[in-house]
This record gives sequence, C-alpha cells and structure tokens, in this order.
Amino acid sequence: MRPFTYERATSAQAAAQAAVAHPGAKFIAGGTNLLDLMKLQIETPTHLIDVNHLGLDRIEKIDGGGLRIGAHVRNTDLAADRIVRKDYAVLSRALLAGASGQLRNKATTAGNLLQRTRCPYFYDTSKPCNKRKPGSGCAAIGGFSRNLAIMGVSEACIATHPSDMAVAMRLLDAVVETVSPQGETRGIPFAQFHRLPGDTPHIETVLQPGELITGVTLPKPLGGRHVYRKVRDRASYAFANVSVAAVIGDGFQRFAFGGLAHKPWRAEAAEGLSDASAIADAVLSGAKTTPLNAFKTTLTRRTLGAVLREARA
Amino acid sequence: MNDPDEVTRRTVLAGSAAAAGLAAAPVIAKEPLPVQKASARMTPKMQVALTVNGAHQILELDPRVTLLDALREHLRLTGSKKGCDHGQCGACTVIVNGRRINSCLTLAVMHEGDEITTIEGLGSPDNLHPMQAAFVKHDGFQCGYCTPGQICSSVAVLGEIKDGIPSHVTEDLMHVAYSDAEVRERMSGNICRCAAYPNIIAAIREVHEA
Repeated sequence: MRPFTYERATSAQAAAQAAVAHPGAKFIAGGTNLLDLMKLQIETPTHLIDVNHLGLDRIEKIDGGGLRIGAHVRNTDLAADRIVRKDYAVLSRALLAGASGQLRNKATTAGNLLQRTRCPYFYDTSKPCNKRKPGSGCAAIGGFSRNLAIMGVSEACIATHPSDMAVAMRLLDAVVETVSPQGETRGIPFAQFHRLPGDTPHIETVLQPGELITGVTLPKPLGGRHVYRKVRDRASYAFANVSVAAVIGDGFQRFAFGGLAHKPWRAEAAEGLSDASAIADAVLSGAKTTPLNAFKTTLTRRTLGAVLREARA
Repeated sequence: MNDPDEVTRRTVLAGSAAAAGLAAAPVIAKEPLPVQKASARMTPKMQVALTVNGAHQILELDPRVTLLDALREHLRLTGSKKGCDHGQCGACTVIVNGRRINSCLTLAVMHEGDEITTIEGLGSPDNLHPMQAAFVKHDGFQCGYCTPGQICSSVAVLGEIKDGIPSHVTEDLMHVAYSDAEVRERMSGNICRCAAYPNIIAAIREVHEA
C-alpha cells in the first residue's frame, strides 16, 4: 500500500469537509473492497477518513411507512433485520446471495453501493483500462469478457456493477441520502445514482466531491412475492453471471437485473407485459454482446422465466 | 536491525514458517515493515489500543498495518494465517466484537477499543476449545494452514445460527435452524485446499449437537 494519513471523523459533515480539504482523500467504512484495491495500488488514497463512528448504523421506520437504513449498517445486520426480512425480503435475499459471511459482517450499505467492478482488466495493472486509467483503452472488449456487461455498454467500457444488494434497492425504488461539505442534504433516486460508462467510465456515480452517503431510504412495503435468483459459477461466494430480483403482487410486477450492466438494470416499460418472453425481449432490447458473453441473453431469459414461474406459483 | 539476536530469531521463525506452510500458502510470514527513513512521504505512526484474547494491548503502528499483520508481526500471534491477503480464502478469519471478519481486509487503527479473539484465544493445547477438539477428532484438516480460520469461522457460524441470522439457503427467512446445508453455505468464505470439507462439517455438527 502507498502511504496515507488517517483520521477518524466525528460527524458526517466534518467527514465531507475533510474529504475536500485533502485532495486524494477517500472515506473508509467496511474497507473490504477499498483495502483490497489499495494493496494492488489500483486505489492510492493519500488520506483515509474513517466514517465508522458517525452513528449511521441504525435501521428505523420513517413517516409514510418506509424505512431508513444508515449508511454504515453492515450487510449482515441489514439482511437479518426483522422488518427487512418480513417486508423487503428481496433485499435480504439479495444481500445473502453476495460475498461471504466474513465480508457481510464488515461491509456496509454505502460501501456496497460504491464498490468497484471486478472486471479482470480493472484489476490487472499491466493492461489498459479506461476505468482505472482514463484514456488508456479497454482490454476487456475483445478480451476475456465472459462475465462482463451486455446492456448499456460503451466503446470505452463493458464492466459490470458487482453488487447484489443494489439490484434489490433499484427494484424497491430506494433513495440514496447524502450530505455535502457545505452541510446540504439531498436524496438521489436510485435509478439516477449509478452512471452508465459512456466515455467516462471512471466516474461511476453522481456523487460530487466530498459528498458523503448518510443512508438509504426505502418506500413503504410493496407486498407481493419477493424473489432473488442469482446464477453463478459456484453455488456460493461468487459474483453473478446473471441475477434477477422480482416482486410480484396483485396487479403489479417489478424486475431488476444484476450482472448485465454498469449499474443495476431495470426496464420499467417491460413490467406491464405478462409473457416472460415478451418481458425478456423488452429488457434485453439494445443488448450488445461479445462472443464470450452472448450466453447472458439466453441465461437472462431462462432465469427470468424460472423466477416468474416461482413467483406466480 | 541493530540487534543480531533479533535478526537470528526472525530468520529462524521465517524459515520454519516457510517449511511448514510452503505447499498451501503462496505468501509466508513477512518481516515487519523496515523502519522508514525520514522523508516527506513518511506516515507518522499512530497509537491504537485494543483487547486481544482478553489482554489489553497498546500498539504504535503505521496506519497501513492490517489487523492481520498487527496480530502476526507485532503481537506474534501467528495462529491467524495469511493466505491470499485479499479476503478470498478466509485463513485470516478472527472474531471482532463477536463477529467473524477477514483480518487482512481491515486496518488495525480502525479497531480502537475493539475486542479481538484469535485461535490462540479460543483454546490452548492443554485446554482445547470444543471446536478445536472436534476438528482433531474428525480429521478436519490435512496441512492445517486454513484451520485457525476455519475454526474461528465455525465457532462464529454456530453463534450466527443461534442468533437467528438467515443465510442464502434459509428457506423461510423468519425461521433459522441448523442444518448441514446451512453450515456449508455459511462456511463458503473459508477455502481448504486439502478439501477437508466433509470432515469440517462433521466437526461442526458434533459441536452443535453437544
């Protein structure tokens, strides 16, 4: 790891201010992805701001029947929360499908949203990568692209967002709450939080410099049947090839997909359709595959079909 | 490096670690970071106070030192192992404030005031923890390199099931109960290159039933 200085923040706004006061600073909460990348010198922060002690570790009901999840609620605690298990089961299921028990005990809600892609070329510092080194090119397009994106891709980047949790949050219309260095707060609708790669794949979210995530809110429960189906190369502890989150109730259905794109993928226009094949057509409209990841379109169709059969049973 | 005895002892330790762990471990115990020369890039050391296996410890550390390296290189608790150093193998698993984590993926300075339990704190050769005894009885290892992490994880897994924390294979999220399938899923963050998995499951089952 490159040398860095370290401080423990005492308030959310102080943390945001410290981030703009130290160019090259990063927030650290769970640290499970950041430290991995720092050891490889893919991330080289010169200053770390520890945000673990800001009291942002609670889950509480909010007006209107929704739920506020503190930014630093651990994945294990969120998945095990009784309200989440009962009313937002797709979120529990998604969390439990990701990582390992050790990692879920440490990883936080906000950190999960900000984790970096596991594209092998992002991790290989001997190869070009527009996300790691803007303008250097993309070794993944034409490379080992088997588990990379097929939706919303660009000429610059075909990386996927690795999170399972974020797929469920996209489905549930979550809102990301932040504070700026000036103390201003805002709520970012989940659909707008992550960006598509375009020609700036190194800019992954709409967060501004120093802006700190303080929590995520969920609207009131949808009811219905909750399913999260993840297809991967091992039965456990592997990133998705494709995952499908679904909530299906009386007269409504929602789907969101992981493993397909630079962000959790959802096609609201497809949700009014009833036939699984028609839904898949609409979701996969505009897909751009490589010879190695073309199987993901078939896998998405079949996984969606299986989820629909399970949820409608 | 001014003390020849210290260098000799370290050399012997590093040598025996290499002989014992070479087959399974790509990374062997490293020397402590060399003392940095004063320069603009030097990071000041920081003090951190934590409790390890019941003993209060105060360490002066470069902020880059992981909890794993603090345990192994600074407190000489070499039971916790460095396998991949990237959170993929689980050999470094320790229990912090009752929860198992990968000690390689966290900085020691982030653990001010925390209570850490390593394999050395669970039991001793004369007084084995029931999980250690069960691993011995059921042959839950071959080379033994992953074993301290496996045992720390196993102890925590039984606690997680008892506390009603669900897993990916829990059918009804509101009802968590012990099963071998639950243990297999929950232990997926601990890799055993010797593939002692069936015997590890047998050991955990015995402790659960005891």
